[in-house]
Amino acid sequence: MATLSLRDVKKSFAATSVLHGIDLEVADGELVVIVGASGCGKSTLLRIVAGLETPTSGQVVINGRDVTGLEPADRDIAMVFQNYALYPHMTVFGNMAYGLKIRGMAKAEIQRRVAAAAEILGIGPLLERKPKQLSGGQRQRVAMGRAIVREPALFLFDEPLSNLDAKLRVQMRAEIRRLQRRLGVTSLFVTHDQVEAMTLGDRLVVMNAGRPAQVAPPMEIFSRPADIYVAGFIGSPSMNFIPASLDQGNGSARLADGTLIPFADGPRKGTAGMPITLGLRPEHVEPGDGPGSIQLSVELIEPLGSETVVHGRAPGGMAVTARMPGAFTGDRLPVRLPPAQLHVFDADSGRRLDP
Amino acid sequence: MEGTAAPAPAIPPAAPLAEPIRNDALLRATRRRRVVSRLIAHGALLLGVLIVAFPIWMTLVGSTHDANTIGRGDVPLLPGIHAAENYATAWNEGGGRTHTTPASVMLRNSLIMAVAIAIGKIAISILSAYAVVFFAFPGRMLAFWAIFITLMLPVEVRIIPTFQVIVDLNLGNTWPGLVIPLIASATATLLFRQFFLTIPDEFVEAAKIDGAGPLRFLKDVVLPLSLTNIAALFVILFIYGWNQYLWPLLIINDRSMETIVVGLSKMIGRGDSQNEWNTIMATAVLALLPPVLVVALMQRWFVRGLTETEK
Repeated sequence: MATLSLRDVKKSFAATSVLHGIDLEVADGELVVIVGASGCGKSTLLRIVAGLETPTSGQVVINGRDVTGLEPADRDIAMVFQNYALYPHMTVFGNMAYGLKIRGMAKAEIQRRVAAAAEILGIGPLLERKPKQLSGGQRQRVAMGRAIVREPALFLFDEPLSNLDAKLRVQMRAEIRRLQRRLGVTSLFVTHDQVEAMTLGDRLVVMNAGRPAQVAPPMEIFSRPADIYVAGFIGSPSMNFIPASLDQGNGSARLADGTLIPFADGPRKGTAGMPITLGLRPEHVEPGDGPGSIQLSVELIEPLGSETVVHGRAPGGMAVTARMPGAFTGDRLPVRLPPAQLHVFDADSGRRLDP
Repeated sequence: MEGTAAPAPAIPPAAPLAEPIRNDALLRATRRRRVVSRLIAHGALLLGVLIVAFPIWMTLVGSTHDANTIGRGDVPLLPGIHAAENYATAWNEGGGRTHTTPASVMLRNSLIMAVAIAIGKIAISILSAYAVVFFAFPGRMLAFWAIFITLMLPVEVRIIPTFQVIVDLNLGNTWPGLVIPLIASATATLLFRQFFLTIPDEFVEAAKIDGAGPLRFLKDVVLPLSLTNIAALFVILFIYGWNQYLWPLLIINDRSMETIVVGLSKMIGRGDSQNEWNTIMATAVLALLPPVLVVALMQRWFVRGLTETEK
């Protein structure tokens, strides 16, 4: 039972700065997912919390105790690695017990803890096997078991699902979530997979180039992305971005071809004629003819079974992706851009503009 | 993108089976070529075996005749009847003109030296490779290159200064004086370094989180993972130690500490007197046995250590 605070954590390797000052408060029992493209610094951040890297400046505080200068073993954490990092020459039991043994815990207590963790994870019959003899999913469970037996204040997950096949990944994802709820252990989870992030996290930290672009619950990130990066990163297929400018007393957007789209929720702050970017998710692109509709010439159709993703191009050369229920055929698609679903961003800063 | 299947082709009508070829000229030529190439291959292998095995056979046969047979200049190709007495003489009294150290003592000496060298080399090179691979300390690459460069300095090159040092330390005619200069080993250090580099960083990190210190990590993770490599190296280094000639010849004057490789060469007189070839041959066979035993017993490990990595 613990909280985690990061205070202005910065990290640079030689001259390259990879983290530009991260502040984060994780509440007791919360699961926070750090998500971002590769190279955004998310793994570095996790490793700083674990104590495997030293921050250039800033503080890591676990449960009110500043652990910045402590060894990983003294931070009361457990970590699940991407490749599981199970010691190949030890049995499953040996792997799970190793950390406890080093701590000098009594044999009986080790037995009890390992048995309990194995029970929770359903790996009881595997305790005498070597990691070599286990499947990917089983190794994953053992790696989690090794973390659980420590009864740590904080779980750290470093892309633990990325080595599993797609089906197993979905299954283990749900299992991790259930387990984390059940044990109530505060957790940090790093991933590059937005679906994983959305489904697992109580809150997400979307990282972009060493800065947290947005920290919020998953649905808020999806419905009110803080900037263009977050808007484009979360959601699949990605959001359509349409260049425009403010017009009519900042109450409408004027597209490049002159079309006016009034904002459904009121005028934005800004100067008249200021360049903006409109964002519209593919599932909100409305097929249908009528006044103000755009004629898309279809370039690619991706049938996904229950829905179809249509990649088209507007007469002005702008690419638009639409997601439609059911099947679609044809080489022309008239669509409307419903004003109520538009996201408005400042084209220069990329920040979201709210009324 | 892989997986986008082309439309399934219509199944073509089954072609009539081709007539089986019988006694065709091409078929016969192919068979002949196969037989000939097999003959050549086996012939070459057999020749190789003969070249390697013949001197050993000569030694074996020589150790079973009496001194006069060989002394006359005969080269017997079949075993004689004096095996037991020759080996008994070699084992108990030693042989040759000077009736020197018995083979039993020399074998013991060689065994001590070879085992000490092998174990010492492995211990030192594991520690130095461990330091070079797993720790970031100033001068790490310098240390590595310093070790690497000694590859170019075999015992023979540095033998005079080494001799001086050992004598100054009053270590002449002692086991440490015999063994220690042969222990430092760049080859083994390099091999272990290469192996340690294949141990994933995540093991190191997992061990850090488990709270294992450096020595604990070495003992609990690195050493168990290196077992097959250690076994393979032990075989190589044991034989290296066993075959040492020049250094033991220089540093050991006490005949009770003589190693068998040195002792064997001293048995062959350079004067006019007749060499007791039968005893010399018997001693040579005895000198062969321990390395052969080590290789035979550890062969499985040896091959595994050189070819497999357990991860």
